[in-house]
Amino acid sequence: MTYRVHVRVMPRGGLLDPQGQAVEHALSALGFEGANEVRVGKAIELSVAAGSRDEAEARARQMCDRLLANPVTEDYLVQVEED
Amino acid sequence: MLKVAVVRFPGSNCDEDALRAAEAVGCEAFYVWHRETSLKGADVALLPGGFSYGDYLRSGAIARFSPVMQAVSEHARAGGAVVGVCNGFQILCEAHLLPGALMRNAGLSFVSKPVDLVVERTDTVFTSAFTKGARVRVPVAHGEGRFVADPATLAMLEGEGRVVVRYAPAGAGVEANPNGSVNDIAGIANEAGNVVGLMPHPERCMDERLGSAEGRPFFESIAAIAAGARK
Repeated sequence: MTYRVHVRVMPRGGLLDPQGQAVEHALSALGFEGANEVRVGKAIELSVAAGSRDEAEARARQMCDRLLANPVTEDYLVQVEED
Repeated sequence: MLKVAVVRFPGSNCDEDALRAAEAVGCEAFYVWHRETSLKGADVALLPGGFSYGDYLRSGAIARFSPVMQAVSEHARAGGAVVGVCNGFQILCEAHLLPGALMRNAGLSFVSKPVDLVVERTDTVFTSAFTKGARVRVPVAHGEGRFVADPATLAMLEGEGRVVVRYAPAGAGVEANPNGSVNDIAGIANEAGNVVGLMPHPERCMDERLGSAEGRPFFESIAAIAAGARK
């Protein structure tokens, strides 16, 4: 089976996110009132061949731990769907 | 003669400066391409600045898996000298040879200017030629130089005296740290002091004729390894 994996990587809560702040300021400058606590992360999509959804998720988590996210500064969320 | 391997990644751009800086203090310096699996007998591995792999994903995140990094890690574990400048520092953090990480500058801007540093630790392979507390002005040039670490790691670094260089406190004629680094940290060492990473670029100030030679003691520290000068 092939699974489509969606990985969301976000700067860890509590760490300064200057990109999020800059976007927040820009939204405010454009007149979008009430847009607060903006944070900017990354979305990564990939196809994973695996025997089951659980296996696909486990492999994706290994990829996150080793490469896709930095455990010092980022948190990640993995979603798996059948391709 | 002390042998210095300047490790070249696709996107390194301070490699030639680093090579010439090592040569200027009397070392034999040569390039090692990132696809190599050995440091070719070098005593020192020097990871230069630049934008390895275009900084894709995160600075240093892909370079750390280059074949040569296995040799760099083994060299470090065996007690060999490993020095990372700017992108080299980022790679050493990603490779877990140094703790913490380097994030986008707090002010978002790429900063390229001379900064004032205080050398706090002088028993490392990159700072033995300084006296403790020495002030030195060296350029920085980075977009992602904000050092961060979790509170426990930070307490360990401070408690063990592993902050090697710090941005000087803001005051008369001295601007605040250029990137928002926690505790003004500009460079750190591993426990033994044989692995050092810093964001500023001492290889860019090696000659008075080009404006400044204040970076020379960093490289003189490397050269002094041959004489066993490391304390």
